[in-house]
Amino acid sequence: MSADTLYDKVWDQHKVADLPNGQDQLFIGLHLIHEVTSPQPFSELRERGIEVPYPERNVATVDHIVPTQPEGRERPLADESAEGMLTALERNTSESDIQFYGLDSEKQGITHVVAPELGLTQPGMTVVCGDSHTATHGAFGSIAFGIGTSQVRDVLASQCVAADKADVRRIETEGRLGPGVHSKDLILKIIAELGVDGGVGYVYEYGGEAIRDLSMEERLAVCNMSIEGGARAGYINPDETTYEFLRGREFAPEGEAFEERKAYWESIRSDPDADYDDVVHLDVSDLAPMVTWGTNPGQAVGVSEPVPAPADLPEGKREAARTAQDHTGVEPGEPMAGYDIDVAFLGTCTNGRVSDFREAAAVLEGREVHDDVRALAVPGSQTVKSKLEAEGIDEVFREAGFDWREAGCSMCLAMNDDSLEGDERCASSSNRNYVGRQGSKDGRTVLMSPAMVAAAAVAGEVTDVREMEGGA
Amino acid sequence: MSDEGSQSPRQDDVGVEEMKVRRVAGTGVPVRGDDIDTDQIIPARFLKTTTWEGLDEYAFYDARRDDDGERNDHPFNEYKGANVLVVNDNFGCGSSREHAPRALARWGVEAIVGESFAEIFADNCKSLGIPAATAEPETVAELQDFIEATPDAGIELEVAAETVTYDGKTVDVDIDEAMRGALVQGIWDTVALLRSKMDAIDETAADLPYVESR
Repeated sequence: MSADTLYDKVWDQHKVADLPNGQDQLFIGLHLIHEVTSPQPFSELRERGIEVPYPERNVATVDHIVPTQPEGRERPLADESAEGMLTALERNTSESDIQFYGLDSEKQGITHVVAPELGLTQPGMTVVCGDSHTATHGAFGSIAFGIGTSQVRDVLASQCVAADKADVRRIETEGRLGPGVHSKDLILKIIAELGVDGGVGYVYEYGGEAIRDLSMEERLAVCNMSIEGGARAGYINPDETTYEFLRGREFAPEGEAFEERKAYWESIRSDPDADYDDVVHLDVSDLAPMVTWGTNPGQAVGVSEPVPAPADLPEGKREAARTAQDHTGVEPGEPMAGYDIDVAFLGTCTNGRVSDFREAAAVLEGREVHDDVRALAVPGSQTVKSKLEAEGIDEVFREAGFDWREAGCSMCLAMNDDSLEGDERCASSSNRNYVGRQGSKDGRTVLMSPAMVAAAAVAGEVTDVREMEGGA
Repeated sequence: MSDEGSQSPRQDDVGVEEMKVRRVAGTGVPVRGDDIDTDQIIPARFLKTTTWEGLDEYAFYDARRDDDGERNDHPFNEYKGANVLVVNDNFGCGSSREHAPRALARWGVEAIVGESFAEIFADNCKSLGIPAATAEPETVAELQDFIEATPDAGIELEVAAETVTYDGKTVDVDIDEAMRGALVQGIWDTVALLRSKMDAIDETAADLPYVESR
């Protein structure tokens, strides 16, 4: 009787060889490509005269640098360097016979939103991308991790990476999430508990009742932020939720082939008696909506809890907390509820999916964005956008006073025109509150769930969404 | 070799011998603080490029400037010519951008010593042939203090021996086994290595239920 984790099984199936430095050569089932981390690798392949051996296992989108205003998407793009990156990707994918969902495609969007919704990501795959949020795809029960640009080159050249196998930490949730508490709150709590470097050397296996209850889209948000906890990858064992999500998607198998594949997917689940290198238990039944107070994603508390005083933190965390609180202007001892907000940003590879906008819309219905707040709704993909428009959800956002945009990474990292200005404070459904992340070095980011972003947009300050109708 | 690609030698150009990284000797630059993320090391707005050129300008770009845009006393302004960067815990966390270690390398960094590194960042260092050595917090603190007190004093990292020598003494550091092997054996440019197993790659792929036969 074997006692293997999903990670063990999938790793072994994809292992090609032992490398002389002790690493494993791992075959990559799905390589996702975007414009920021791919130009140099393609140039190098060209110089070396190397052809991509498995073009069909590579898929590209453009997301980081794209304008989200409809008129801004006319070619050539106004930003010359952005146009240069897009042109390079068009040429590179076309020459290498790689599928590319460009600005003219109705499937364009953020890599980590597009691949799951098209059924490209499937259980038991190895998935990489030159982007740390590749961890997202682990929600299907795949091994998915971000890689550097030289490794992008390696994958293009060989469909493999040189990789070290990590330890597996099981995160066992106990209890169920209450009304108005979402998977974003769950992952922010995990990071706050285990630390932003707690996952270094580990892959996280998320499980237990609260994880089982989550929809596929909610699971994607959890795995997405594994990297913010220091874990390069995180995954959830596939189950009926996974299979039902995949059924009928463009790249999922059909009919009998689907049932056959499902048997394979079942076979890679962690064995009931699997050996874990570490197990952490987390009771989530009393979890409140989480918000960050500092400048890393682990500096988070429940919305009504007091922000910790640096002196009350472990010695190693005090200086960072002081610097962070100077930057964000929060008062230790006070709760984040009541913290003034200038900008509300909804979208990203963490929370830019259909259900995220539905949850926010339930809060916004019949309400208006506060006069002092500018509010931006950026669907994670054009597919998400058109689905929401078919449901009339765009109207809820527009009527509330949100700007309704085209798909892209947008103000998560402000590589396009969407940026914080000066020391603006942003309620954001994104994943990183680092200094300068949203485009202004004095800008302040408060991470939270989409429903909480909607509540903050209306109130003009951080607010417990459960106290608003539609929020719980 | 074109300037467009790696600034470092490549396996298929120079052979293994020239690729070996056994020792880095020079002077130090201390950058203090835990959890320094790659958005700090190079802000995203400087990633809008299709080459690696000019990245040294952007290393710690915002941190090196005060509110008026004037250069402040950040170590990257003060320790020009140094090549051993000394940092604290979880350095290089966040975004996977290889532009971060590339910017540091183009500024002049040839080796990094720190309490710990984020994984993708360490992997990127390995891809560039930059040793990233970890050490106990006290060891790092003493080294940072030493550099600040005597910026021109020599520091030497021995990769295989996993030691740092400075101020007449030698201290132990750790270099991850895979990184150490790659540097010492000169196989950190992995393209040729991975492609040498094309038959095994095809066999592995053929056994995967989701890969169509070809």
